[in-house]
Amino acid sequence: MGPRLFQRPGPAANLVLRGARLLDPAAGIDEVRDLVVRDGVIGGDARGLDEVDAAGMVVLPGLVDPHVHLRTPGREWTEDVASGSRAAAAGGFTAILAMPNTQPVVDNSAVLGALIDIASRDAVIPVGFYAAITVGQKGQVLTEQAELAAMGAVGFSDDGRPVASAAVMRRALQYQRLADRPLVLHEEDPTLVAGGCAHEGAMASRLGLGGMPSIAESVAVARDAALAEYEDASIHICHVAAAETVEEIRRAKARGIRITAEVTPHHLVLTDATLEELDPRRHKMNPPLREESDRQVLIAALADGTLDCVATDHAPHDADEKDMPFEEAPFGVIGLETAFAACFTHLVKPGHLDLPTLVLRMSTAPATALGLTAPTLADGAQADLALVDLEAVATVVETGFQSKSRNSAFLGEALAGRVMLTIAGGQVAWRAG
Amino acid sequence: MRRRSLIAIGDLDRAEVARILRVANRFAEVMQRDIKKVPTLRGRTIVNLFFEPSTRTSTSFELAGKRLSADVVNVKASGSSIEKGESLKDTVLTLSSYAPDVLVIRHSSAGACEIASRHTDAAVVNAGDGKHEHPTQTLLDLYTVEREMGPLDGLHVAFVGDVAHSRVARSGIQGFAMMGAKVRLVGPPTLIPRDAEEALGVTTSTDVRDIADADVIYVLRMQQERMGEGALVPSLREYAATYGISHDRLRPGQRVMHAGPINRGVEISGRLADDPATLIERQAANGMVVRMAVLYDLLAAPQSAAEAAAELGAVAV
Repeated sequence: MGPRLFQRPGPAANLVLRGARLLDPAAGIDEVRDLVVRDGVIGGDARGLDEVDAAGMVVLPGLVDPHVHLRTPGREWTEDVASGSRAAAAGGFTAILAMPNTQPVVDNSAVLGALIDIASRDAVIPVGFYAAITVGQKGQVLTEQAELAAMGAVGFSDDGRPVASAAVMRRALQYQRLADRPLVLHEEDPTLVAGGCAHEGAMASRLGLGGMPSIAESVAVARDAALAEYEDASIHICHVAAAETVEEIRRAKARGIRITAEVTPHHLVLTDATLEELDPRRHKMNPPLREESDRQVLIAALADGTLDCVATDHAPHDADEKDMPFEEAPFGVIGLETAFAACFTHLVKPGHLDLPTLVLRMSTAPATALGLTAPTLADGAQADLALVDLEAVATVVETGFQSKSRNSAFLGEALAGRVMLTIAGGQVAWRAG
Repeated sequence: MRRRSLIAIGDLDRAEVARILRVANRFAEVMQRDIKKVPTLRGRTIVNLFFEPSTRTSTSFELAGKRLSADVVNVKASGSSIEKGESLKDTVLTLSSYAPDVLVIRHSSAGACEIASRHTDAAVVNAGDGKHEHPTQTLLDLYTVEREMGPLDGLHVAFVGDVAHSRVARSGIQGFAMMGAKVRLVGPPTLIPRDAEEALGVTTSTDVRDIADADVIYVLRMQQERMGEGALVPSLREYAATYGISHDRLRPGQRVMHAGPINRGVEISGRLADDPATLIERQAANGMVVRMAVLYDLLAAPQSAAEAAAELGAVAV
């Protein structure tokens, strides 16, 4: 049995979107016409359905985010499955995969089972769960991955605490033959980033911030790519931020290693030039914002597919946690509600990436990389789609989030591309007010 | 009304630095008198909030406030609610409820003053935040060099040693450069920050002989308490042998500075530290008048140039 996603039961969508541009590059669809959703499925007879005037807007296959933190269990005041999935729906996502670095860690069937129950009750879009690679994410003993995979775990990750031991990583890669799920790796050599809180470079040197060098990422990827090749296993690399890491991934792909990778909107759009404000709420995350030269390499790699997909690394923190000196505040920014608009505004509008490629990288590719069914606008498919007004520009404000947290890197920015309607798992999950 | 703050040396431009140094000169004259107190900041409140240990900075800020007739309150982490786990935000909010005019903050983390200034209407003065900046130290350093050696423009300054962990160096490099000095960093490769040339507009060297053309040798303290695990130099013995500054490594006319506290026999020889020809004692002594000038500049300085001229004359009255 494959990976499973969970959503609360609800009425199937029945409506017709009138006059939108339908854009599903993977299915070869790019045309202006009506789109019918009947009983939660695309296609069929439009008669008798509620109509949505979608003229001038674009319908995309639903976005898929392979990397979010829903803070459940343990820190539900910063996010929970209901609020996080609502934030995802508001951002045009129709599937999200939640990381297991919760309190307690998702490292056994009891915790995973509880999360499945919660999502089946509260999730407004389909939500999948990773389980940890090692018990307690301590990097020592493998979790019961065969059982966890059978329950529907979408993959295994010690996100936030990279597996330091090469021997443990190797055992996990061997064990993949049994669990048959990707290992999703937060790549960072912990000894190289010790005491760091910002990209090691001119800006951190000027501000006196402990450095997190780019090579902390790339040496870890090099090690794990070599291990994956040796064990003929597949790995997915989280939130690539450094040019050096892109080079390692490119080399690994050229050798035929089964490796996929993601990049976040904030690393595609922002650099360490923002650090001067010493505002941890907007600009402190791990991996850190790096240099303009890195950003250019990330954009080119997303365009050519070396980086397969976009992931938000949505990491909610409440205001008090982030209201601390830069060095002391926790890492992470939220991203679900701004991901598409940030990429559209800063990558597509200036011409760095075309819209069909962005759609592939935010919908089809992340689904494929993590072994999920890719959303499509083709007739007969379950309705997983987003209706977007590309002309609508809105300023990101603290009061505008569905998420319980407001630690967005894009606060105060005017972004184009407003999600008007999201249908996920055949249900209407979001309608802009 | 939110007041101006002094968090980084870059918050000031060259003219503002020159103005503060001029005012410090005036206060230095006052300090020669029998009664070393002026009424300038009577009725003003200054809170010194020190989360990290300090001798020089805390004493000189306290005296500076008192000599200006301000009410001065000192809050230290030990013995306060900070020990009970009160957050920086809550401490600042609490102290701000007494409506201070200035909050002087020393903290172990970069960015503490930015957070504090978000929660107070008082002017925030950075008295050292992590490895980030220490702007009043730089002002007193500039004051000391200008007074003892003349114009800063065109001077060569070499910072020697643990640049990576030094807020004194980080502010100092930018301050000296702003005033037209040429700056070089000399130290072991493990203690020179990455891309320092680009970041700070300096030249760098790992050879201690490259201090030869400097007019000022600014010796930096080895900050073992900030190095964490993993020694950045193999031993203090090797460091002292390779980079320690003593009379043998100096040529006549070079002046030596150190912000203290000193590790004798590590970055500087005991004999050199005690040599009255260094500027070290002058730095400590000048700290107070320069901090008086900073407080004056934030709270009492007149807005227009004409007012300034009149007021500057009146300072000593």
